[in-house]
Amino acid sequence: MSHIRIHMDKIADTAAAKALCPFGAIEEEPGGGLAIGAGCRMCRACVRGGGGAFEFVDDSAPGVDKSAWRGIAVVAELSPEGKVHPVALELLGKARELAAAIGHPVLAVAMGAHTAEAARTLLGYGADEVHVYEDPALEFFRIEPYANALEDFIRSVRPSSVLVGGTANGRSLAPRVAARFRTGLTADCTVLGMSPSTDLDQIRPAYGGNIMAHINTPRHRPQFATVRYKVFSIPFKSATRGKIVRHELPPEKLASRIEILECRPKAAEKGIEEAEVLVVCGRGVRNPGDIALLESLAAQLGGRVAATRAVVEAGWIDSKFQIGLSGRTVKPKLMITCGVSGAIQFVAGMGGSETIVAINTDPKAPIFKVAHVGLVGDLYTIVPELVAKIKAKKEAAK
Amino acid sequence: MRILVCIKQVPGTTQVEIDEKTGTLRRDGVAAKMNPFDLYALETAMRVKAAAGPDSEVTVLTMGPPQCEQVVREAFMMGADKGAILSDRAFGGADVLATSYTLSQGARKTGPYDLVVCGKQTTDGDTAQVGAELAEWLGIPHVTNVKSVDDVAADHIDLTVDLPDCEVAQRIPFPFLMTVEKGIFEPRLPSYKLRCATEGREILWLALADMPDKDPRHYGLNGSPTQVKRIFPPELRVERIALGGDDKKKAAALADLLEERKFLR
Ligand SMILES: Cc1cc2nc3c(=O)[nH]c(=O)nc-3n(C[C@H](O)[C@H](O)[C@H](O)COP(=O)(O)OP(=O)(O)OC[C@H]3O[C@@H](n4cnc5c(N)ncnc54)[C@H](O)[C@@H]3O)c2cc1C
Ligand SMILES: Nc1ncnc2c1ncn2[C@@H]1O[C@H](COP(=O)(O)O)[C@@H](O)[C@H]1O
Repeated sequence: MSHIRIHMDKIADTAAAKALCPFGAIEEEPGGGLAIGAGCRMCRACVRGGGGAFEFVDDSAPGVDKSAWRGIAVVAELSPEGKVHPVALELLGKARELAAAIGHPVLAVAMGAHTAEAARTLLGYGADEVHVYEDPALEFFRIEPYANALEDFIRSVRPSSVLVGGTANGRSLAPRVAARFRTGLTADCTVLGMSPSTDLDQIRPAYGGNIMAHINTPRHRPQFATVRYKVFSIPFKSATRGKIVRHELPPEKLASRIEILECRPKAAEKGIEEAEVLVVCGRGVRNPGDIALLESLAAQLGGRVAATRAVVEAGWIDSKFQIGLSGRTVKPKLMITCGVSGAIQFVAGMGGSETIVAINTDPKAPIFKVAHVGLVGDLYTIVPELVAKIKAKKEAAK
Repeated sequence: MRILVCIKQVPGTTQVEIDEKTGTLRRDGVAAKMNPFDLYALETAMRVKAAAGPDSEVTVLTMGPPQCEQVVREAFMMGADKGAILSDRAFGGADVLATSYTLSQGARKTGPYDLVVCGKQTTDGDTAQVGAELAEWLGIPHVTNVKSVDDVAADHIDLTVDLPDCEVAQRIPFPFLMTVEKGIFEPRLPSYKLRCATEGREILWLALADMPDKDPRHYGLNGSPTQVKRIFPPELRVERIALGGDDKKKAAALADLLEERKFLR
């Protein structure tokens, strides 16, 4: 089992040595020495910074034979009618990049009651093979048959990486199947890369703090990652070059103990994901009544108001308007943040926006590191003035 | 009916900061509390228990360092009947797979259960995946995003799952696991009366040696397929324009810029 060995003779300053660990896992023993506590995440910051005092001892069992696992697979989510969720197309674009780096094929998996049109779409966005599981039992998402189908695909095709859209159903399916293969899953990745060893480089905000974690699954295959809708861009359509591979499951694998009683469609309300312009309300807005100010700016720009978690938790705005790691991921053409500090969990949900304008009184606010246009100032002066100026310009243009 | 609720102790604030000098997380003085999403899981379990009849009981299970006893006590004050804590150095550094495996071992040791309820997600791990993996280890079906419990019968539950464009009413026989949405029920407040009544109630402490599977390679850091290769502060490099002048000038400059970029239509 891998662990960190401490060489006390190389440690002059105990406090400095303890401070090397970002997780506070270097603990003082009652006898005076140091020990690695349960908080250790094996990030090896101590090994890098400790001048030889901390040694990484890797005597864990050898991992799987990675060469036996080939292909970057994208699990496409289909609606009951057979429409592909656009996050699958975004993931296909990324999968093409990742696969090209190691000469692997791009695979797509489509499960549902109607798959013909979806399979064509997936081929059109660059899948080399579309693996299809079609059966009336797969019309609605139910965990047992879906997990069985994905398990069957992985056992027969042995993909190296499996990318799943971070939708409600994707976040139910991916962990279930990852556990079945006793393998790793990294949720809500914001950056994906490929290393020559075929290890997927997964980056996500982590530990509830303002830090990013680079995560690998070095000894297990397949490696699972989920990515939210709108984190990556939909690629251009490509010439169809792939093929469709059909799979059948025996009836017992399609059975579910879950009975669908009724499916009530919600009123087709457009989410903030669809808006081209978003005005974001942060904690710098002092009263719920002042949101009207932002509403009028949004109205002038044909956009909508969204919010940070701080504002949603205060109960001012419904959680379906929350942007961020635990909210929605958005990619509007224009975003104007008002009184938003720019915490990493917020930025994780909006970093891809085309033009980001930030209004904040604090010049040191991290939002100014992401914003393309920064206004250090009071939103209570700037927003009303901006609305007036825009109105005037629109009048003049008439 | 026997119901299990998985609860976790999380940092009391989301404002965990990086110390610029040492690059370490500042955690001093951050009080810990029950993961807010798990309050809804516990409340749901209490409601199901009430609907299921007098011979039902609710057990809470948590994995964490010894101080997580506090959240089990809090659960008692909300009406949970039994509590178990999985605590051992060998469990430290667990990722989703190892966490869910450890919880499944705890559930096997203290179970079996007809129903397992988890929160939607934790505020620190924030993966929303432990529940589904736990269900796989236990070999029972699961449903996520449950927004309402509509009927509790002797052998099944009717519930509604909230998806982005539809609500799906489903019937599921026991045993199964569900993760519930925030707001499914309003969580009750801890009661002073229950606090007095449960002060001395015993909690079952379980370490690696108490688990059905005692192989340390399946737990904690060593049972975690994902490895943190590196942590780093986010670096964001963009070309930036800072608009100057007083606030009115800035507003005017922004209006010009929006017009130039054709946002005014
Ligand atoms: C696991 C986890 C997940 C999270 N997920 C999310 C998420 O999905 N989305 C999210 O948003 N957050 C999330 N958070 C919380 C996040 O860390 C921040 O706490 C949150 O984004 C802060 O919101 P804010 O910027 O509105 O408030 P604050 O951080 O309080 O910032 C307010 C800003 O307003 C400025 N200001 C004050 N007055 C004025 C004025 N008159 N004019 C202009 N500016 C003014 C201040 O200078 C300050 O920068 C998460 C946290 C954790 C731990
Ligand atoms: N250490 C833990 N102890 C008990 N329950 C947990 C633990 N970690 C996660 N859970 C449960 O799993 C749910 C989802 O957690 P997560 O996948 O971390 O977002 C939580 O709401 C809890 O119900």
